[in-house]
Amino acid sequence: MRTPITTYLSLAVLLVLLVALPTLADLANYPAFTSVATRVLIYGIAAASLNFVLGFGGMVSFGHAAFFGIGGYVVGILYQHYSLGEPLFGVFPGSNQLLVTVPLAVLVSGAMAALIGALSLRTGGVQFIMITLAFAQMLFFLFVSLKTYGGDDGLIIRRANELGGLNLRDRPTMYYLCLTIAVSFLFLLWRIVNSRFGNVLIGLRQSERRMAALGLSAYRYKLAAFVISGMGCGLAGALMANFMRYVSPDMMHWTKSGELMVMVILGGVGTLFGPFIGAGAFIMLESLLAAWTENWQLGLGFILLLLVLYTNGGLQALFSRLFRRDA
Amino acid sequence: MTRPILNVTGLAKRFGGLVATDNVSIDVRPGEIHALIGPNGAGKTTLISQLLGELPHDAGSIELEGREIGNLSTARRVHLGLARTFQVTCLLPDYTVLDNVAIAIQLRQGHSFRFWGNVRKDNALRKKARGFLRDAGLDDRAEVVTANLSHGEQKQLELAVALATEPRVLLLDEPMAGLGHVESEQMIAMLRGCKERVSMILVEHDMDAVFALADRVSVLVYGRIIATGTVEEIRENAEVRTAYLGEGEDLC
Amino acid sequence: MTLFLEQLLNGMQLGVTLFLLAAGLTLIFGIMGVINLAHGSIYMIGAYAGTYVAATTGSFLLGIPAGLAAAALTGIAVEFLVVRQLYDRDHLDQVLATFGLILIFNQAITMIFGRQPLFVGLPDALSGSVELLPGLFYPLYRLAIIAVGLLVAAGLYLLINRTRVGMLVRAGSTNREMVRALGVDIRLLYTAVFALGALLAGLAGYMAGPILAVQVGMGEQILITTFVVVVIGGVGSVKGAFYASLLLGVTDTALRAYLPGLLRQVMVGPEADALGAGISSMGIYLLMAIVLLIRPKGLFAGNT
Repeated sequence: MRTPITTYLSLAVLLVLLVALPTLADLANYPAFTSVATRVLIYGIAAASLNFVLGFGGMVSFGHAAFFGIGGYVVGILYQHYSLGEPLFGVFPGSNQLLVTVPLAVLVSGAMAALIGALSLRTGGVQFIMITLAFAQMLFFLFVSLKTYGGDDGLIIRRANELGGLNLRDRPTMYYLCLTIAVSFLFLLWRIVNSRFGNVLIGLRQSERRMAALGLSAYRYKLAAFVISGMGCGLAGALMANFMRYVSPDMMHWTKSGELMVMVILGGVGTLFGPFIGAGAFIMLESLLAAWTENWQLGLGFILLLLVLYTNGGLQALFSRLFRRDA
Repeated sequence: MTRPILNVTGLAKRFGGLVATDNVSIDVRPGEIHALIGPNGAGKTTLISQLLGELPHDAGSIELEGREIGNLSTARRVHLGLARTFQVTCLLPDYTVLDNVAIAIQLRQGHSFRFWGNVRKDNALRKKARGFLRDAGLDDRAEVVTANLSHGEQKQLELAVALATEPRVLLLDEPMAGLGHVESEQMIAMLRGCKERVSMILVEHDMDAVFALADRVSVLVYGRIIATGTVEEIRENAEVRTAYLGEGEDLC
Repeated sequence: MTLFLEQLLNGMQLGVTLFLLAAGLTLIFGIMGVINLAHGSIYMIGAYAGTYVAATTGSFLLGIPAGLAAAALTGIAVEFLVVRQLYDRDHLDQVLATFGLILIFNQAITMIFGRQPLFVGLPDALSGSVELLPGLFYPLYRLAIIAVGLLVAAGLYLLINRTRVGMLVRAGSTNREMVRALGVDIRLLYTAVFALGALLAGLAGYMAGPILAVQVGMGEQILITTFVVVVIGGVGSVKGAFYASLLLGVTDTALRAYLPGLLRQVMVGPEADALGAGISSMGIYLLMAIVLLIRPKGLFAGNT
């Protein structure tokens, strides 16, 4: 079971391409592509986090946009308090330092995931889907009603966070930051998936009954996975807040949860790279369809429907079926 | 006479108006195979599920090595030395045969909140798992994905996985079901081989297997144990013949 | 006191609307094991079709069959073309496929009716208010909604508890395999249940039309609240859906009506209003959290 050398090679080629992407985009006279790629990386992190519970752990969460949004709002709220010079709750000063805001965003979304997960995981199956959806919607309504933080309109982050001497408004700089974080995150996920913890998680997806009969108390492992996943989404949300310099309740709208799910299924459930491919495919699809017709959601709906009904296992499976090599 | 390792007294379970388990008392002595026979729907599988704590029981006590375990979680009971196999095999289908056994050993070794090291490169773990596969005669199938195993092989793997948890008492739910003659013989030999280490409750329809393996037999009908005794005693028991086998029919 | 009663009635009106949706949703899940996100879309389609017909003909009554028929036919089409292929799939596929349906329906409605909300006037016969108690005037139309909702609940009760179809439905929601084993034409039963659920959703949508704006997105908002109802009531239980709907309707209305006032006694006006609005919009979800802590399977879950 040794990883073939070709896998390492293709990974290396992929990495070189990704590093060269801003330069290539400039050469192709299409610098905006760097921004598109940044978006793909950020959504890829979020989708990979969702995939961690959904694909590897078999927990169909329909509320992951909540953690994405919370991550974003932590950055936004800290920035607002920083720029107004008013401490949060009269105690905590705001911040515009990326090394403060992003870890804090990860922690806060993790804490929220612990809370929501602890409740939702008391049940399973279809209830779990509905409950995660409902709690995410609760947070959506909460932020809509928080007029201090912009309510419906959201918060504008006038200047991106500071990280050393880097200018995060600069497209390639932001891209490289996201690329670094995405690669590290993926590496981390890869380790976890192959660890003892990952072994248990993937076992739970295959048969919870078997795992229980082997003496496993599933709840705490599922909860831990849910928290890790929430933290990943929070990380993505914090990056998105810095990238867009704007946060709004839309980040945690239920359709966003749906979109993250679509990315996961587009790329292939339960694969490491799948979510990034899926995020890329989704964003391309969205912009292609949107350029073609203003009713692009109709097209997306049909594509999604056909994909679910007539393929099994997302684009990766579709491709491998189309270009099937002798197995 | 040795003290029983597993001692169940007065166990009861109702589903609405239906009595699934009716005041069942059964014990297993160290090194013993205690077979549990009875017609379909007698509540044998339900009983196993209650012993392992997958189903809560309504009344009665379950003692493992003198310790009451009836109020413990399934996980606790497994850690104290109880294990089961499933009639309809319940394995991890996407994992290889070796993975299925290795994960059982992993869970035996304590908590799994370890996020870094690659579990498939844990040589000690893999080696131990291979040992259990060898005992089960599955060592040449170690890298096969479990879903691709034949029915007989899945049954063997069920047993290997259960043994990998190193139980004191093993609850076997029809290990011979669906096996061919040769496979049954193998299974009987395997069970006999580990009898010294593990005591067993054997739920089984295959009477040849029961008579070949069991030290004692209990007969469960409509959730009640109507007789317990040695193989000979059960063969001769008139009540068993009427209730279970139909009048006048010969047992073997 | 009159204010309180008025709020109670408002809560009931919201409650029965939720029930009309939740009954179908919980049955569809209980019997077929399918989670149907497009249930809210069917509510929207009932509202649009009925309201459109009512607005063009000027007759509120003509809108009723239009709304019901559109909803039921959509339901049958959805079941036949999509959901039927999802019975044996996992929940993830069901969620994604029906999510796709939401996108399709929302966009199709936008293409047909545009982005402007539709409005329909109240029917003349139901437009006034009645004096229920001295000093308590309540809109007749809202009373009618409550009455229709309660009638439907009673009808469902009779259908489920007194008929052969109901027996199958009850059996199916607790033990799916058993119904299959009974040799019933399970496909027909499934389609019938789906159509009934769609019909009720369409009815709810059309009745809500004169009170709320008929617009794209109305379905999803109420769908998520309906999920909360189903979770609180216990998946598969129509009885649970009924009590949970009323509980939720009344709680939600009461919180929105009274919480800002209560808070204003301890803090400044605008802040109290903002906080009150925030908490009351979270109220039903907090209620769900409490129920999950006490009875994870819902208040009226079966013994499985």
